[in-house]
Amino acid sequence: MSTYLLRRFLYMILILFAASLLIFMLYALMPGDFVSNNMKLTAERKAELREIYGLSKPVMERYFNWMNNAFHGNFGYSLAQQKPVLTLFNEYIWNSFLLAVTSTFFTWLLAVIIGVIAAYKQYSWFDTLVMIGIFAAMSIPSFFIGLFLIKMFAVDLKWLPPGGMLTTGSNATGMEFVREVVDHMMLPVIVMTLLGVGSLTRYFRSNMLDVIRQDYIRTARAKGMRERVVLYRHALKNAMLPAITLVGFELPGLFGGSLIIEKIFNWPGIGQLYMQSFTVRDYPLLMGFTMFIAVLTVIGTLLSDILYHAADPRVRL
Amino acid sequence: MSSISGSVTKTEAHQAAVTPIRSSLWRQALHRLRKNKLAMSGFIFIVFMLLACFAGPLFSPYADNKINPANMNAAPSLKHWLGTDMLGRDVLTRLLQAGRISLTVGIASMCISVILGSILGAVAAYYRGIVDQIIMRVADLLLTIPGLPILFIMGALLSEWKIPSEYRMYIVMLMLSFIGWPGLARLVRSQMLSIREREFMQAAIVLGLNDRRKLFNHMIPNIIPLLIVVATLSIGGAILSESVLSFFGLGVMPPTPTWGNMIDAANNLIDFEKHPWLWIPPGVAIFTTVIAINIFGDGLRDVLDPKQKK
Repeated sequence: MSTYLLRRFLYMILILFAASLLIFMLYALMPGDFVSNNMKLTAERKAELREIYGLSKPVMERYFNWMNNAFHGNFGYSLAQQKPVLTLFNEYIWNSFLLAVTSTFFTWLLAVIIGVIAAYKQYSWFDTLVMIGIFAAMSIPSFFIGLFLIKMFAVDLKWLPPGGMLTTGSNATGMEFVREVVDHMMLPVIVMTLLGVGSLTRYFRSNMLDVIRQDYIRTARAKGMRERVVLYRHALKNAMLPAITLVGFELPGLFGGSLIIEKIFNWPGIGQLYMQSFTVRDYPLLMGFTMFIAVLTVIGTLLSDILYHAADPRVRL
Repeated sequence: MSSISGSVTKTEAHQAAVTPIRSSLWRQALHRLRKNKLAMSGFIFIVFMLLACFAGPLFSPYADNKINPANMNAAPSLKHWLGTDMLGRDVLTRLLQAGRISLTVGIASMCISVILGSILGAVAAYYRGIVDQIIMRVADLLLTIPGLPILFIMGALLSEWKIPSEYRMYIVMLMLSFIGWPGLARLVRSQMLSIREREFMQAAIVLGLNDRRKLFNHMIPNIIPLLIVVATLSIGGAILSESVLSFFGLGVMPPTPTWGNMIDAANNLIDFEKHPWLWIPPGVAIFTTVIAINIFGDGLRDVLDPKQKK
């Protein structure tokens, strides 16, 4: 196990190095930079600024500078916001996390409940309905459903605010503040839950179907146990277990925000920050964000493997 | 298949006596697929959508997309079933024309990524060693980098390089398959590793067949059912990705209409609030088409590759 982990860890570092090079090159390849978009500057001033920001150096040198700084915990300085990239991340990431953690909670809750009931009543009308619902949820274009719900609940019915995290100009505190944030969170959380719940429900349904057919369930029933006990104590536990490997894969989603949803709902999260920086070509921030997600993805995959082993010792690493 | 109970064999023998049925695995699969009502309704909807998009505009009196300033932003009526847009063009006709592009992009990028993914995955599994290492490490790398930001960067590159609108569609196909092949290559490789050790492969080696024949005539045909299923399901994903890109103005650009860039109308506050017929129909079109594809793909999986169900 420990040699495996060591090997995995080394490979992880290697992949991240390759990823950093690729990410850097992609952004470096993009014509135009933060300075060239500014119409107010003269050509000399632009050259001067490029010199200051180190944009005039050869690409490889810039890459090594970037990596060197990254190892010292410095992901550069956002050109548009004039703040260190990591400070900005810290400012925005928790808003994203709030959204993600709430919707992940509801997604898992709904998926377990619906999946288990559908599996227990396989081929019933409820099961058929759930299957159709799963397909529908898996086929939703995220940006469209977002727009559609804004149009319906915010514009037409005026039940919920259309976007943002707080009402413009609001300086609510205490419970008022919480209420306002919850109001604003409602629509994005609904959309994110809808988007995730399909495949997860399906996962739990098929897990539960596998477990119900196992011999030990038949034994439990044969012992004369109450159906509720069989279902919740014997079946559900075992059906849930493999799902802990999914926890690792949720990691990038939890902290990486959602580019589309945050953009549509104007939520001040890290995804929205990315989309804003994208139009002004704020490279340090864009590269930092992409690299950040790549790191989360790699860590998440490793975490999944470890959890998989922990959950099922038969799986040898 | 091997353990058919006695009664079933009897009825089958009986049927065979009445009408000589030619039976192959494909025919059986087709037969079972026909019985799956949900999957068949998905299939019928896909055919309907293809026919409507590719043949529909031919019957429309507004197919020339003439600008009509006298009839701008008209609400749906008998003359214009889905109303008109800000240039007085018929929305329904444009929706169908957009469907042509969206469906073509979805199907084409699926084809490219399936071909790339299956060949690279098969080659990696067959040759092992250094070839395997190179291909799979590149796949790992691409799977590590987040897809959407990369697609956005590539889309921005296209805009900077001023690629003409009519070519962007082809580049978007390539971009989507660039993101799509690594996952497929992994799947194909894992299947191929087991196929490689089967007895018929030893026979192929004994026969002295060359690598190309072993790969393409003996190994890849064994995963065709799996490929059909994955390919079908990935069309839906490709259509969704294309629509996201085009919605953000980084995919296929106007004047070439796609479902994604038609929804772009919603970015204009007045159109968003007052003219929903501009952006709701394309969204519904994406949604229903992708549902149909997913339902049909799932039905295909049930009959072609039941092991993969999960």
